[in-house]
Amino acid sequence: MKMTKAKRNRLIYNVVTFALVIIAFFVLQSMIDAKTITRSLKGQLVPICCWIVMAVSLNLVVGISGELSLGHAGFMSVGAYTGAVVSGLLLNVYQIEDASARLAIAIVAGGLMAGIVGALIGIPVLRLRGDYLAIVTLAFGEIIRNLVNVLYIGTGDGRLYMSFLTKKLPEGVVMLVDGAKGAVKIKPISTFIAGFILVLITLAVVLNLINSRAGRAIKACRDNRIAAESMGVNVTKYKMTAFVTAAVLAGMAGALYGLKSSTIVPTQFTFNQSINVLVFVVLGGLGNVLGSVISATFLTILPETLRAFADYRMLVYAVVLILVMIFTNNPTIRSFVNRLIAPFKKKESTPGGDAQ
Amino acid sequence: MSQQKTKHRSDTKMVPVPSQSIVPERDINDIPVLETRHLGIEFGGLKAVDDFNLTIGKTEIAGLIGPNGAGKTTVFNLITKVYEPTSGAALINGRDLHGLSITQASKLGIARTFQNIRLFDKMTVEENVRIGLHNRIKYDMFSGILRLPRYWIQENKQHEKALELLHIFDMEKLADEEAGSLPYGAQRRLEIVRALATDPKLLLLDEPAAGMNPRETEELMENIAKIRDQFQIAILLIEHDMNLVMGVCEGICVLNFGRVIAKGTASEIQANPVVIEAYLGKKKEG
Repeated sequence: MKMTKAKRNRLIYNVVTFALVIIAFFVLQSMIDAKTITRSLKGQLVPICCWIVMAVSLNLVVGISGELSLGHAGFMSVGAYTGAVVSGLLLNVYQIEDASARLAIAIVAGGLMAGIVGALIGIPVLRLRGDYLAIVTLAFGEIIRNLVNVLYIGTGDGRLYMSFLTKKLPEGVVMLVDGAKGAVKIKPISTFIAGFILVLITLAVVLNLINSRAGRAIKACRDNRIAAESMGVNVTKYKMTAFVTAAVLAGMAGALYGLKSSTIVPTQFTFNQSINVLVFVVLGGLGNVLGSVISATFLTILPETLRAFADYRMLVYAVVLILVMIFTNNPTIRSFVNRLIAPFKKKESTPGGDAQ
Repeated sequence: MSQQKTKHRSDTKMVPVPSQSIVPERDINDIPVLETRHLGIEFGGLKAVDDFNLTIGKTEIAGLIGPNGAGKTTVFNLITKVYEPTSGAALINGRDLHGLSITQASKLGIARTFQNIRLFDKMTVEENVRIGLHNRIKYDMFSGILRLPRYWIQENKQHEKALELLHIFDMEKLADEEAGSLPYGAQRRLEIVRALATDPKLLLLDEPAAGMNPRETEELMENIAKIRDQFQIAILLIEHDMNLVMGVCEGICVLNFGRVIAKGTASEIQANPVVIEAYLGKKKEG
């Protein structure tokens, strides 16, 4: 089959995305090996991977499927708590000592659980037209946070104990989730390599999905719902596909995130976090997967780097955000930048905007 | 594009069928592709379409005309299930459309274009056609994500079929262009190709010649006839360009204020005083 221009652009885009992530991984890994990496950056590596996965998966909903979701951190928290419980269960009850096996199972379980929750939310909401998803996901994020506040899970005598609203667990139970204290006594088992693999899986799933029959159907529903329906595309089904896939990926990121430190507190996954992820997506460009990866990386590092400014940190962060948005969206500045880089570009335009 | 003068269709022999309609004689033994019986819809007491009866033969090119606001597009929306009729029924190949969704109606073999073009603007021309192929050349989502052999086979098939369909309007070269960036006439043609990709039995064209220049319209007429001959499907079109309607349509139905005021061949319609009155108003007496 002859390679068309669109296909070639798409291939270049995908190769660049993967290459960038892989190169970044090897550079950072060798820095870790050579012990030249700063302490703060090293601590940021796993979170960066998590936020990349979060941003890319939210981009699938907001950019590709065109639905606004304001509760992505809610799915992350579902994944985080599930991951913590599963990991604790495997260690305390099934005595699985192998950390990477526990991590892998916990991540898969976190993804599954978030996917189920995503499906439960999506089935009623995505049948409707309009901005209902934004409203419902916004509420969902808050509901999850409050539910976890009164959830008690523990292990003891080789089994799992669970109670809701009040702490009614027998004596001697090892608490895994302790109400308002969140998930406690987690053995941190997340590794940078696991994060890197999760990012690769996410990129492969999202990019392959976009460039397939299902992905085109999702984009068609976004561009023109009535036309898509008239062509025989089941709009609800494909909106669900995008939403649930994103939920699964967010759940996996959540499990990885939760298992990086010894506690998870409910206040970690607030509405603000959902908005933060949305900022990554919008800044990176709606539908632009590579953009999400880059913006998630920089906007995770930036607040830490600005720690020196202490009180003015969020102020500088906001100013940087505004400047970047102006620079990437102002037509005058864009055409100026394009003129600057024009001599370096032969004739082909780079694939931007949409990850085709 | 052949230079030969478009063959006028108004000389097709039309025969009456029981439902107060006419169909081409060649289709008389087939189940009509579309049959509507007393179809109607009310919007808050206003009868936008009322007692609409129309039968279209298996390979007929039919026209639906009428002054602005007569309810022509509403008829299309009823047939394609954008609206659920408040009275009467519509049958596609003898199957009742009652209670079906737009998607299900499409799967029964109805495809349409839109008066205000509804392309997937940010997708390429080829991708637009591939959406039309959505239910014809399939593979599941997991073959797509895991890039199983089935993905490559079906993607290739989709690609070839899409180019083959684009060839109808000589649009293969535009395959990689963004649909939203095409000139107006090309967008209209792409909509027709996309509709054809769904393998319809009945193709509904809503003002296909709107915004086209006379030369483009002439080409479109040839193409409409060519599409019918090649795919052996029925076409129902709404159009204000009377040259096109009279030149290509075999049976014509005239709508005014939501009601059918006349049915017949082009020459019958042109001579019908009721139609002339609807378009031009009543002649002053004395």
